[in-house]
Amino acid sequence: MPKLIITNRSGEKSEIEFDSNLTLMETLRDNGFDIEASCGGCCACATCHVYIDDKWRNNLNKMDEDEEAMLDQAFDVTEKSRLSCQISLSDDLDGLEVEIAPE
Amino acid sequence: MIEKTDVVIIGAGPVGLFAVFELGLLNIHCQLIDNLDKVGGQCAELYPEKPIYDIPSRPLVTGQELTDELIKQINPFKPKFHLNQQVDKIIKTEFGWIVETSIGTKVEAKCIVVAAGAGSFVPRKLPIENIEKYENKKVFYAIRNKSQFTGKDLLIAGGGDSALDWTNELSKDCNVTLIHRRKEFRAAPDSVSKMHELEKIGKVKFIKGQIKEILETKGKKIKLKYENEENKSQIEVDYLLPFFGLKMELGPIADWGLNLHENLIKVDTEKFETSTPSIFAIGDINWYPGKLKLILSGFHESALMAQGVFKYCFPDKKNIFRYTTSSKDLHKKLGV
Ligand SMILES: Cc1cc2nc3c(=O)[nH]c(=O)nc-3n(C[C@H](O)[C@H](O)[C@H](O)COP(=O)(O)OP(=O)(O)OC[C@H]3O[C@@H](n4cnc5c(N)ncnc54)[C@H](O)[C@@H]3O)c2cc1C
Ligand code: FES
Repeated sequence: MPKLIITNRSGEKSEIEFDSNLTLMETLRDNGFDIEASCGGCCACATCHVYIDDKWRNNLNKMDEDEEAMLDQAFDVTEKSRLSCQISLSDDLDGLEVEIAPE
Repeated sequence: MIEKTDVVIIGAGPVGLFAVFELGLLNIHCQLIDNLDKVGGQCAELYPEKPIYDIPSRPLVTGQELTDELIKQINPFKPKFHLNQQVDKIIKTEFGWIVETSIGTKVEAKCIVVAAGAGSFVPRKLPIENIEKYENKKVFYAIRNKSQFTGKDLLIAGGGDSALDWTNELSKDCNVTLIHRRKEFRAAPDSVSKMHELEKIGKVKFIKGQIKEILETKGKKIKLKYENEENKSQIEVDYLLPFFGLKMELGPIADWGLNLHENLIKVDTEKFETSTPSIFAIGDINWYPGKLKLILSGFHESALMAQGVFKYCFPDKKNIFRYTTSSKDLHKKLGV
């Protein structure tokens, strides 16, 4: 199984396996990471905010206008910011590094 | 003054709204209370334009359409709404319960139906240290009395409709600076162009950036540190008005002594009654084995809840089961 490398809010790194049928948000949530995702992945709450490192950003599906607009309701937004529910996983993302943004 | 009715419904989301219908068919009157400034709960606040595909017999309906049609459907029962207020307290009385809101409305009813979804919608607070110290003094998340800002220096933060509307409105009598993380806004195009016009004639100042810190100040002003990709800077103003949308918070419901299951209210699946007799819970807020947080589950729960409430409202009467299609009595109630 392909893996993700997750940094949680305390800065601890861990590796988790992922299923390419799920979104990044679902994978984080199902692995017990503290991510609120209160709208369940509908791009309507901005509580699934993560940072993706530069070297991976171009490998992901592009951010659409809806996601960019929703990020306006998040805090500490940087050029690394994404909403994890809008990221579809695929096997070629094996090794993707994700950091969970502060609350 | 204390208003009196049969049932108080806490939450005017789709499930609270439909409960009015099911209760109304049984001659039970309702008043609804919601913290939002409108009815429709999550459907109206979070996704008014988005499609829902799993409402039986509606292949596609948007969140707002569903809300509008529910209002049409319950209109014959003339429900009374108390919006813009949160239910803070519930008090047991001989008659039933008194429900008290954040702005002092009191309604007495025989039963309470909690249809509070994922909790009440409250403004998203800026996650910066010590901000609590300034809230409702120097930092306001909602504006109740705009005259307090007349002639003052304001910093408005955010890029949505509230941020832009208040920027445009308050710039008439105040010195407004708008701060937003990017140059684009997701507000109505009209308000965005209005803001740009005001910026051109110097009535509004725009800063691209995000607020990072509140710095201690001696005087009456507050000093804020902000930054963008290029630089870091500070601004001193009289008031900060952040508008970052709303989030849902369980709020006071946790203190009402109801048995909970991970922040959800435990109910039986016969009447959807809670551990406290005459308090019912329906929709996203309740929990029972197999619960699915779907609108359609909430509609089903409403119908069974109404049967349970009937016994409190009319202890000596027997409820006769009838279809809306054929019952003359129900037709009269529906005005058809
Ligand atoms: C983006 C998105 C898409 C969705 N898509 C679907 C779908 O396709 N199909 C489906 O079935 N479901 C869908 N859902 C879920 C659906 O919206 C919820 O199941 C539904 O809104 C629950 O209705 P409710 O009336 O129980 O609660 P809510 O809609 O959450 O309404 C509860 C109301 O209670 C108020 N409230 C809470 N506490 C208090 C208090 N103490 N005082 C005053 N007011 C209070 C709140 O302000 C709120 O307005 C979706 C949800 C989201 C966010
Ligand atoms: S889960 Fe709500 S925006 Fe991603």
